[in-house]
Amino acid sequence: MEAFLAQNVDAYYLRIMIFIGINIILALGLNLITGVTGQLSMGHAGFMSLGAYTSAILSMHFGTPFFLAIIAGALLAALFGFLIGIPTLRLDGDYLAMVTIGFAEIIRVFFLNFEPGGKAVGLSGIPQETTFTIVWIIVIVVIILNSKLFKSRVGRSLYAIRENEIAAESCGINTTRMKVLAFTVGSLLGGLGGGLYAHYMYYINPQDFGFMKSIEILNMVVLGGMGSIPGTIIGVIILTLAPEVLRVVAEYRLLVYGALLVILMIFRPNGLLGDVRIYDLKKRWGKKEVKI
Amino acid sequence: MSILEMEKISQEFGGLRAVDGVNLAIEEKEIFGIIGPNGAGKTTLFNIITGIYVPIEGRLIFKGKQLNRMAPHDIARLGIARTFQNIRLFDKLSVLDNVRVGCHGVTHCGFWSGMLGLPSSRKEEGLILSRSQELLEIVGLYDKRYEYADNLAYGEQRRLEIARALALEPSLLLLDEPGAGMNSAEKDELMGLIRQIRDNRDLTILLVEHDMNLVMNICERIAVLDYGRKIAEGTPNEVKNDEKVIQSYLGVSA
Repeated sequence: MEAFLAQNVDAYYLRIMIFIGINIILALGLNLITGVTGQLSMGHAGFMSLGAYTSAILSMHFGTPFFLAIIAGALLAALFGFLIGIPTLRLDGDYLAMVTIGFAEIIRVFFLNFEPGGKAVGLSGIPQETTFTIVWIIVIVVIILNSKLFKSRVGRSLYAIRENEIAAESCGINTTRMKVLAFTVGSLLGGLGGGLYAHYMYYINPQDFGFMKSIEILNMVVLGGMGSIPGTIIGVIILTLAPEVLRVVAEYRLLVYGALLVILMIFRPNGLLGDVRIYDLKKRWGKKEVKI
Repeated sequence: MSILEMEKISQEFGGLRAVDGVNLAIEEKEIFGIIGPNGAGKTTLFNIITGIYVPIEGRLIFKGKQLNRMAPHDIARLGIARTFQNIRLFDKLSVLDNVRVGCHGVTHCGFWSGMLGLPSSRKEEGLILSRSQELLEIVGLYDKRYEYADNLAYGEQRRLEIARALALEPSLLLLDEPGAGMNSAEKDELMGLIRQIRDNRDLTILLVEHDMNLVMNICERIAVLDYGRKIAEGTPNEVKNDEKVIQSYLGVSA
């Protein structure tokens, strides 16, 4: 498979496809926290770096097999998500955003001073094990599990928390527990994406996982549509491709990129697919009785 | 036997005594009304029963269990469901999903079984779906089950809240101003609905309402609150003719 792809697909396009895959995993993690459960997290890159460094150090210094290293990184990120979630998820809105920014900064500064992680120089020589096939198999599994979860009892309760927390409590939902659950699973996906990223890039350094990275992932979720899986995927594709496509305008690239975001948010404030349902589309096209 | 007992319940907000030593006993299967002027502490009392506020003193006993200091979701699971004065629906969920979420407290499938689609979860989902559809038929919203909740008309939203509360299979249902903002035809319909669900579902209903007509028509017993104190309790006729009630509603006559 890899050999076939390497022969027939331009290396540049292959690379972008892999980035899209990794970003989908990261963004679906944040979508679970922010899009579905409504808890604004602005520190997703922190979990990503935990997964990246853990898996990279394990495979470089301890010779851990690729898959084990990646899973260990994801689990460590999930553990941190869980530990941070318990005290902070009692906060909401702006306060939670502040705390998550702070957490991501702590992680970044920690790795800036972390000897086995190469400090500010970063970590290079990570075995390049992430391939197109591996990334996209994981993406498909994550998408299927996510969509099943969203349609289940637990998934509905997460949406309910986003819509109205007091009403959710009155329906017998333990909102704190559900929020911690969403935060933990979201962090796990962040760590998983980070591990794949590290094993693709060959080289990582703490600046890769700064505040801007968190915002970039948040943009993908918000642009695509909060809480919608197809929306998140479209958001990822647009925002991963935009910097590449906009190379034609050279130094005005970031300017156009910013303007694009502003325009989209004015015309689709809920994101591209944030409030689009198949049911509504079918109704608009004149069919009376539809099933979902 | 009384299903809910309140003993000397008091609540303060920054020195203001919102509820002051209220004693109440609600009997099983009755429709009990709480009335009183604005700011009398009616909704505060509801929030204390459902665990949103912790009273500064007093005891709250539901079916022999003490409720003080229990979390709202645990109280809900004991079988106390409520609606809200200012409607709190899950706006961007479908009508059907609103009721399905209401079933949360009486169903059990967790994260893994839901995500992996295990048979136990699929079986439970079937149950939830049929129960929710049945409830929507009772409140007359079955045809709108795929609409977003915030696309419903005001009266329909009130009825959806009742359906969502009933999904919890409660033994005590708290209705916070169920008739607010409804016209008289809708109110008549609502009274019919309240009686019907009480008779068919072994429910005790406790309601707060401003509309005297509705309260006097439907409630079997009434308590009157004023400035956080209970000033009268009894059948609609007793309350109607009570000296203190007339004073608090119409002012003191010279």
